Amino acid sequence: MDLTYTAEEDEFRARLSRWLARTLPELPPPPDPLDWPGRRAYDMGWQRRLYDAGYAGLHWPVDAGGRGATPTQHLIYLEETEKAGAPYVGANFVGLLHAGPTIASEGSAEQRARWLPPVLRGDEVWCQGFSEPDAGSDLASLRTRAWRDGDHYVVSGSKIWTSHAEVADWCELLVRTTPVSESVPKHRGISWLAMPMDAPGITVRPLRTLAGSTEFAEMFLDEVRVPVANRVGDENDGWRVTMVTLSYERGTAFVGEVVACRRVLGELAREASKNGRWDDAVLRRRLGRLSAEFGALWRLTQWNVSESQHTGGVPGVGGSVFKLRYSHARQELYDAAADVLGPGALDLGHPWALDRLSSLSYTIAAGTSQIQQNIVAERILGLPKGR
Amino acid sequence: MDFQLTEDQRALRDGVRDLLEGRFDRAALRAAVDASERAGTAPLDRELWRELGAAGFFSLTLPEAEGGVGLGLPEAVLAFEEAGRVLLPGPLVATFLAAGDIPGAASGDVMVTSADGSLVAWLDEADVVRGDVSGAVPARSVDPLTPLHRLPAGGSGASGGAFRAGAGALLTAAEQLGSAARTTEMAVQYARERAQFGQLIGAFQAVKHLCAQMLVRAETARAAVYAAAVTGDPLEVCGAKLLADDAAVRNARDCLQVHGGMGFTWEADVHLHLKRAWVRAGAGRSAGDAEEALAAAL
Repeated sequence: MDLTYTAEEDEFRARLSRWLARTLPELPPPPDPLDWPGRRAYDMGWQRRLYDAGYAGLHWPVDAGGRGATPTQHLIYLEETEKAGAPYVGANFVGLLHAGPTIASEGSAEQRARWLPPVLRGDEVWCQGFSEPDAGSDLASLRTRAWRDGDHYVVSGSKIWTSHAEVADWCELLVRTTPVSESVPKHRGISWLAMPMDAPGITVRPLRTLAGSTEFAEMFLDEVRVPVANRVGDENDGWRVTMVTLSYERGTAFVGEVVACRRVLGELAREASKNGRWDDAVLRRRLGRLSAEFGALWRLTQWNVSESQHTGGVPGVGGSVFKLRYSHARQELYDAAADVLGPGALDLGHPWALDRLSSLSYTIAAGTSQIQQNIVAERILGLPKGR
Repeated sequence: MDFQLTEDQRALRDGVRDLLEGRFDRAALRAAVDASERAGTAPLDRELWRELGAAGFFSLTLPEAEGGVGLGLPEAVLAFEEAGRVLLPGPLVATFLAAGDIPGAASGDVMVTSADGSLVAWLDEADVVRGDVSGAVPARSVDPLTPLHRLPAGGSGASGGAFRAGAGALLTAAEQLGSAARTTEMAVQYARERAQFGQLIGAFQAVKHLCAQMLVRAETARAAVYAAAVTGDPLEVCGAKLLADDAAVRNARDCLQVHGGMGFTWEADVHLHLKRAWVRAGAGRSAGDAEEALAAAL
């Protein structure tokens, strides 16, 4: 067990940190959270800077246009960019973290050449068409159908919680290409398609979240024609295609956010000292325990990253453990923030008030805590499947 | 950075596990509990104590020049985690900390206890007592395998900061971690064997979710305890002890719940884990003090 960084890793950190210090002051002011086109332009502009500086797709394989960085270098990258207050990955989230790695790992040479460079350069935005009204955390129950018609699939159905749908160029779409039956269980019969968002038959209706923003949308698909050539992986093999790549992200998916939570905890203490709430021993101890909590989550992140370095990316126990613990800890953090602020917590003008609202999604997104607990119990602990 | 066990560390952990499973298995644990019931106080197996000493358990971190094994705190943590798994009784931490200072402690010939906080464990059995224990009165310990004395109010008999935020707290946290991992295994094993309402109880979500949360607590505590062992940072030790106490106590409670009525019996081992977890959580600085220390550093 070694928590020291190698000279090479230290050098990587120093170079990155110098670049961030030079580059961040040149950025334009951040857009209004409700201005989607503005947000797209801002996020893509940041991606372009990363690309030009050689930091785009840091953890992507070299033959996919990435830098082939080690998981530890990726960890350092996420840690340093968060510390420096660099923009969040934003509208490029699905392209960089989901669709891109999927195509890099499972796509043909042509598919990689067509779709990967624009993601890295910040030219094209992807959205994720996975969840459906009757298939959220139980993704395998999805019903959106795709029929073959010559060299096209004809897709009909609806998707929900489609992040960035309003400004996306492409959608990574899961569709059912073979109906569920006795011989075809629900995980089979699903295919992974790249759907152009300007194809006829797509209707996008933004959904307003309880935080007031429109992070995601409903999407209605009415006989949308998608070329068969846009299928990544074999027909009916989409479930495996999706799972292979998504699971690899779990070690590092929340690195920046843990760093951010630890910073916020320090800010809470300073705010409490200023406004007198620090005298409340119950609140003080709560902040102390949260410090232990986020300290442990940071160490767990390092553990997971080190483990993935040994196993070549095969996820271990840590990813699910982290997701379950972190999502609740984040909510506790912003509840504590509300206690520090007092009535000020009800003023949406305060960033902590908005962060508190958005923290409510963490125990739901990417598999609810209840589904995660089933996964941990069945796949890690080996408990029998329920009905 | 490579925050994983090395080959040597794995080998050490496996070696300690084999030693303890051979020498202090479940039958030995229950025999010790029965003996304690009969005698009215827990007996300490001196022979086992010397075997541990001979195996280097108490001298793991002593330099080789002083007859020790020359390893570090991370290795000691792995050994104490194994001791926690099997509920090995005795003042392990105090004796470990005395090795090098008190002749015979390292070899297991001398058993050392210390006064820390308001309780002293194993006072009658110990050969050497560190700290001020004047006025100590025997208590009926909740844990059948940890005899306790209470110190008079105000006289906290502290044996020094080393135990409170240093190696002592860390090794106690490691024992808690071992117990938390063990009760998780016990709950899972029971849930896979016990049938009710026509199916194995492990197929019920209500039971699954208890077990999943036990794993989450144990593994989060593990990251904290191992990291604190590597850095030796006093605040990280505080945090690790908080999380490990929580994992050991709450996992034992959840394990008891999974066992249902069986869990409330003397016959099931669950209560032994819970009682020891309570005793260890009460050792050293209080949770409130640890939280205050962490808050002050924010």
